[in-house]
Amino acid sequence: MSTEASMHAHAVTEHHNGHDGHNGHHHHHETFVSKYIFSMDHKMIARQFLITGMVWAIIGGLFSVLFRLQLGYPDQSFPILETFFGKWAQGGKILPEFYYALVTMHGTVLVFFVLTAGLSGTFANLLIPLQIGARDMASPFLNMLSYWFFFLASLVMIGSLFIETGPASGGWTMYPPLSAVPQAGLGSRLGADLWLVSMALFIVSSLLGGLNYISTVLNMRTKGMSMTRMPLTMWAMFFTAVLGVLSFPVLLSGAILLLFDRNLGTSFYLSDIVVNGEILSNEGGSAILYQHLFWFLGHPEVYIILLPAMGMVSEILSVNSRKPIFGYMAMVGSLFAIAILAFLVWAHHMFVTGLNPFLGAFFVLLTLLIAVPSAIKVFNWLTTLWRGNIRFTPATLFAIGFVSLFISGGLTGIFLGNSTIDIHLHDTMFVVAHFHIVMGVASFFGMFAGVYHWFPKMFGRYLNNTLGYIHFWVTFICAYLIFWPMHYQGLAGVPRRYLEKSAWNSFNQFGDLDKMITVASIVVFAVQLMFIFNFFYSIFKGRKVRTQNPWGANTLEWTTPINPGHGNWEGEIPEVHRWAYDYGKDGVEFIPQTVPVGENESKH
Amino acid sequence: MSTFFVIAILVLGFLITFQIAKASEYVSVMRGEENARKQSNKVNGFLMLAFLIVGLFGVYYCNEKLKGTILGEAASNHGEKIDTMLYITLALTFVVFVLTQVLLFWFAYKYQESDRRTPYYFPHDNKLELIWTVIPAIALTVLVGFGIYYWFGITGEAPKDAMVVEVTGKQFGWEFRYPGKDGELGKRYYKETNEAKNNPLGQLWEDKANHDDLYATQELHLVVGKPVKMVITAKDVIHDVGLVHFRMKMDAVPGTPTTMWFTPKFTTKQMKEKYGENFVYEISCDQMCGRGHYSMRGTIVVETQEEFDRYLAGMKPQYLVANPDKDPSIKKPEAPAADTTKVLASVLQP
Repeated sequence: MSTEASMHAHAVTEHHNGHDGHNGHHHHHETFVSKYIFSMDHKMIARQFLITGMVWAIIGGLFSVLFRLQLGYPDQSFPILETFFGKWAQGGKILPEFYYALVTMHGTVLVFFVLTAGLSGTFANLLIPLQIGARDMASPFLNMLSYWFFFLASLVMIGSLFIETGPASGGWTMYPPLSAVPQAGLGSRLGADLWLVSMALFIVSSLLGGLNYISTVLNMRTKGMSMTRMPLTMWAMFFTAVLGVLSFPVLLSGAILLLFDRNLGTSFYLSDIVVNGEILSNEGGSAILYQHLFWFLGHPEVYIILLPAMGMVSEILSVNSRKPIFGYMAMVGSLFAIAILAFLVWAHHMFVTGLNPFLGAFFVLLTLLIAVPSAIKVFNWLTTLWRGNIRFTPATLFAIGFVSLFISGGLTGIFLGNSTIDIHLHDTMFVVAHFHIVMGVASFFGMFAGVYHWFPKMFGRYLNNTLGYIHFWVTFICAYLIFWPMHYQGLAGVPRRYLEKSAWNSFNQFGDLDKMITVASIVVFAVQLMFIFNFFYSIFKGRKVRTQNPWGANTLEWTTPINPGHGNWEGEIPEVHRWAYDYGKDGVEFIPQTVPVGENESKH
Repeated sequence: MSTFFVIAILVLGFLITFQIAKASEYVSVMRGEENARKQSNKVNGFLMLAFLIVGLFGVYYCNEKLKGTILGEAASNHGEKIDTMLYITLALTFVVFVLTQVLLFWFAYKYQESDRRTPYYFPHDNKLELIWTVIPAIALTVLVGFGIYYWFGITGEAPKDAMVVEVTGKQFGWEFRYPGKDGELGKRYYKETNEAKNNPLGQLWEDKANHDDLYATQELHLVVGKPVKMVITAKDVIHDVGLVHFRMKMDAVPGTPTTMWFTPKFTTKQMKEKYGENFVYEISCDQMCGRGHYSMRGTIVVETQEEFDRYLAGMKPQYLVANPDKDPSIKKPEAPAADTTKVLASVLQP
């Protein structure tokens, strides 16, 4: 059977293939700039997205540690904060304006720059051409532009951290009028404009990327790679891109109208405003309009973040339990159902805005409907593990962690999606706990799983396993320590974004809990720094990959050379003969997609 | 200094970890990848089981420790329904939570790699998949059914006999208006807002309904057992009237008034008897509204009808505050004080 397993090598031939656009050999001289900076190789662009995303993750994560210090130790002063932040942390205590700026930036950075660009930017770019059997993206040039627009967006956002009035501080949702009226706060001045410009650039980046992913998946699959033979990662990336392309433009329009309201005197979102005794002339706008536009992206955005993680987890669980993914078609179907429903539930973020209750009822129904495809996915993952032969690579651990977190966070979604309960829990710490577990930490786990699993493909070396195991266990335990008890704060009604609760009779009972959460968040942040170290150290000094297919996986990326050049395959692109999940079939450990179906092979 | 010390310890700890990790990698290369994998597999498989057991115990412990800090008895009629819905959902999701987490970690432990097992080729089973599509669908239908039933009850029209109060949010505090004896709130126009002229809400004085409206800040009075309909708005940015004890919440949006209604069940005094002298009904702002968001606090006093009437009787309509020339008590300064109260009281009493 090992001979069968190694048959994928048949693809490596010396033939040049005329109709392939270009082939694996380099015809042009690559300079440092064209190889590492303005690269059009999807694999290099993936690395650029990943490393930029990691830089952002450190910044965004550090912000959360800073405001957790305030939450855990509201009475204490930390002189080191004044050293770094000057007037924003006078006397070592974070000012409220700065606290809200930190919260806003933490949310924006992690949702958009890390978990959208860093996650699907990295893995869609890396995996789509490799797993469907293409030399590169449909348009490598647009792909490069996609990264550089992201980079520009990053520069603008970073720049906003250093201006005198500070960055935007209206929360990552940037609801007007707070974000529209400069008199309403320091963060509503230049910082808000820069936030909006940065988001506009970001949206351009993600549209360029998304269109590319869609056209590549639809048009550039290798011979034999029908849609239903694609690995689930591909389906997930595909639906993610569709979601992004259909919903990001709506956010763009929302952002542009907000820019108009801020700078051109329009009244799309503004009406009847008296701010600090100053009467504004705007009349007839609706502040709620922005929320509709925002959440029409904002909700699909949750799935833009989550679907790639789901796809990668499906793939990694299957490979490492040495078993096919259970219910492939159901997995695809549930991804599809989630993608459709993602567009039909946005108003569940707005149950208490005065939304028509009749309309609210439909959104309750559609929201809770998402639990059905989610349940299917969970049970299918469980069944994939059942009677498998599980190898606990760091990637597997993170994938299992993902499933656990997705269950925990998904179930609390059933509380919030139900408008009756949402009246009490809306905008409390319960919401914070819910979305951090299901969207934040779970997607991070998907991303980590992906990084550990495909690091050998990206850099030709392994990450250090022991550090990986420490990374997983500490992160996993701390994630629950931080967010599980936070639900109780929410049940007690503690509102979000309260930096100090001592003045409240109803909310001041959580002093010890807040301290514990802060300590856990510092520990978990330190462990992420360890991961970052492991990452960069292993790029240069990690154990070298010596076999082409280190995990014994079926998908096409493991048929490329260990360090594939631009064009991925030397010689012809391999042909595909089967789906990606023939693990343990007829007693054969794994059968790569490139192996033709044998005569006596059983059907599934 | 201590910061420096902490950082030094962290760096040291990290270096040690890294050295161990590095060494273990060398050892695993020497012993062969296969062996090393099996070794770490055993450890991780055990940790999976340990995490499950310790985790479930942690869930129990966390609940024991924190259950006293949350959710006193709901103090409104709607609050009861919301709590019921909460407990139904909690019961259902808790069962699913325990079941799926146990299966997940148990499978992870049980089916860790072993030479003696061949993985079972099991790509799909339509019957199984149908079961776990239909069962969640049924469970959710039940939840949706209850949810929508309660939702319509809570968000439906307020009863005819409900008292009306207006709540206005601003950076960073609350303003209230009672309609006075005509039971009707007078019209407002935001451009009339003028603190200097004692017209903080921009009431239009030509509207007769405004003449008996009463204005208050920070503390709102309600009557126990009497439905109250809040008309909610904001002056500058979006706020949110969060009433944690009543389990109610509604956004305050500038330019778009919203409403909610409920019936308080207990007076402040009764709640103090139950939960201690420090008890107070609080209004929290639940929608991010700027630098003072966390301190945007108001209070509510729930009292009997007589106490409430007495409270209102002690207030002067904002119309008279803003237009002292119309105020009988100022026009006739020679009139005895007792008369003034009587005149005012007659204006105020319904």
